[in-house]
Amino acid sequence: MKNIVSIFSYASRMLLARPGAALLNALLIALGVATMTVLLLVSTQMERSFERDLAGVDVVVGAKGSPLQMILAGVLHVDVPAGNIPLAAAQELAKDPRVKRLIPLSLGDSFEGARIVGTTVDYLSLYQAKMNEGQIWSQPMQAVVGADLAEKLPINAVFAGSHGLGGGGELHGKAKYTVVGQLQRCGCVLDRLILTSTESVWQVHEKEIALDEVDKRALQEEREITFGLIQYASPLAAVSFPRFVNSSTDLQAAAPAIEITRLFRMVGVGTQVLQAFAAVLLAVAAISLLMSLTQALRERRGDLAMLRMLGASPGKVAGLLLFETLILALAGWVIGVLLGHLLTSLIGYLLAQEKSLLVSGALWLPQELLLLAGVLVLSVLAVAWPLRQAYRLDVLKQLQTR
Amino acid sequence: MLASENLSFSYAGGAALRFPDMALPQGEVLLLHGASGSGKSTLLALCCALLGGAVGKLEVAGQDVLALVGSERDAWRGRTVGFLPQRLHLSESLTVRGNLALVFFAAGLPEDPTKINAALHALGVREFAERRPSELSGGQAQRVALARAVLLTPKIILADEPTASLDDEAASQAIALLLQAAHSCGASLVMATHDGRVKQALESAQHVFLQNLSQIGQSPAKNMRGVL
Repeated sequence: MKNIVSIFSYASRMLLARPGAALLNALLIALGVATMTVLLLVSTQMERSFERDLAGVDVVVGAKGSPLQMILAGVLHVDVPAGNIPLAAAQELAKDPRVKRLIPLSLGDSFEGARIVGTTVDYLSLYQAKMNEGQIWSQPMQAVVGADLAEKLPINAVFAGSHGLGGGGELHGKAKYTVVGQLQRCGCVLDRLILTSTESVWQVHEKEIALDEVDKRALQEEREITFGLIQYASPLAAVSFPRFVNSSTDLQAAAPAIEITRLFRMVGVGTQVLQAFAAVLLAVAAISLLMSLTQALRERRGDLAMLRMLGASPGKVAGLLLFETLILALAGWVIGVLLGHLLTSLIGYLLAQEKSLLVSGALWLPQELLLLAGVLVLSVLAVAWPLRQAYRLDVLKQLQTR
Repeated sequence: MLASENLSFSYAGGAALRFPDMALPQGEVLLLHGASGSGKSTLLALCCALLGGAVGKLEVAGQDVLALVGSERDAWRGRTVGFLPQRLHLSESLTVRGNLALVFFAAGLPEDPTKINAALHALGVREFAERRPSELSGGQAQRVALARAVLLTPKIILADEPTASLDDEAASQAIALLLQAAHSCGASLVMATHDGRVKQALESAQHVFLQNLSQIGQSPAKNMRGVL
């Protein structure tokens, strides 16, 4: 142990004597590690987030259009819906014996970029949401907000939604919401939503549009929702229900599991490109390490020979160079991982501004240690040849070299 | 202190060196004479157990050097032999103090700042302790190298052409310093040289003349690697 500390100490001193080369090598390793870390953190959190948000939803029904868009808009709330579907058609589907539960979602309005979702309490139970403060709505125009909005919309706050999901649309000033509850953070999509009863969403638009009572009644008869989130009564329904919806109704059914797999396949190409890029960066770092150590060996052959003359074994001399490499690799990994987390935090911040997926740089994954092991192995492999040369150093010849 | 009988060494290519028998008492000085390629450095390397594969008898500081194997040779060399090479090989990555501390590291001993300070003081280079070797004059650098050689109070000091690149005055000082350093730690001194000034200055020392290898037909540098 004492020997290791001693070799570590001398290896550090030798590295500090060539700070430029050491920093360059460490940074090259760090860039590769940072890219790998960002990919690891973002993809893991995306997968976890999708798994969490999609849990319990067997199929989504909505207006005809892109099935992937339906999942992105209706479950993950990162896209806009293609249109609405008649409430009556959804209610008809809910009566189907293959359907255990249909949760209606009505979208269309937002508050400062946060989506206002008209639904039922079933939507909260789908994610096992718990109240942090206040209570669930008991009548129209009462709202419950997700954890991300708790500061902006405290209990009893009154606000008006604006038309459209992107923010900046026409304000529905005639029908204002009152916040009656705040949800505990669930790490799911509810954190960034404003939830209210479906009736609230209908009321807002009927008040705005209806010219008189007759008009209002007519609108009530044509009420719509945007999506229906369906849980099957039996897994066997997955075989026939989507096909039934797509072929026998004007609605479209999209299975989240299938669409998300498709999404990952599409995104996967980009991820693979980035992984390859990171691998290239690490390979460049390994080559740089090899060149740097070969150069250092050339410059320091005499010193190393003298070290042997002073009593150091061949293993100790090679160990000194090995430790220099390991220190660089470790420093590169530490810088890279920190940089990766910093970049992921930045990506998370930008996504949060867009009210999109939750990505955090504060998550630490065990795979990051595997990355360290990989970097150490790669570094040792890269310098194996110079280490062998150091081990077999021709001491007498080097000492006589002028 | 140093005794050899029928000592010979074969290079990988088959050429052999036969060394004259030697017997050097403790604290005495021995000069190895011979032209380049005569085997002076090889004999020094054998004396400090850097080379193996010799035949005969070679005893240094009471140790049968040829019986040492593997890491024993390195450990023994670190604790017993002080070495002053022709080219000083002071590490530019370290200060003068760091270069001396390296001796403890190489020998696997705990660093002893008191000994380092004492050696720097004895050789008159204490004021340069925090400088890099490149910031020293040739004479100062040689004093540092000598401080490094005597730091662990070796039983024998081996010097390889210590005056080769020095002018007369510096050479004379270097010889005096070497003798003083060897005397102060009670070590024997074996010096390989083909410098006539050294021969003249140390006439009272033992002199061993090595036959030029060219007569045997092989240069040692060619096949040294194979036997290290």
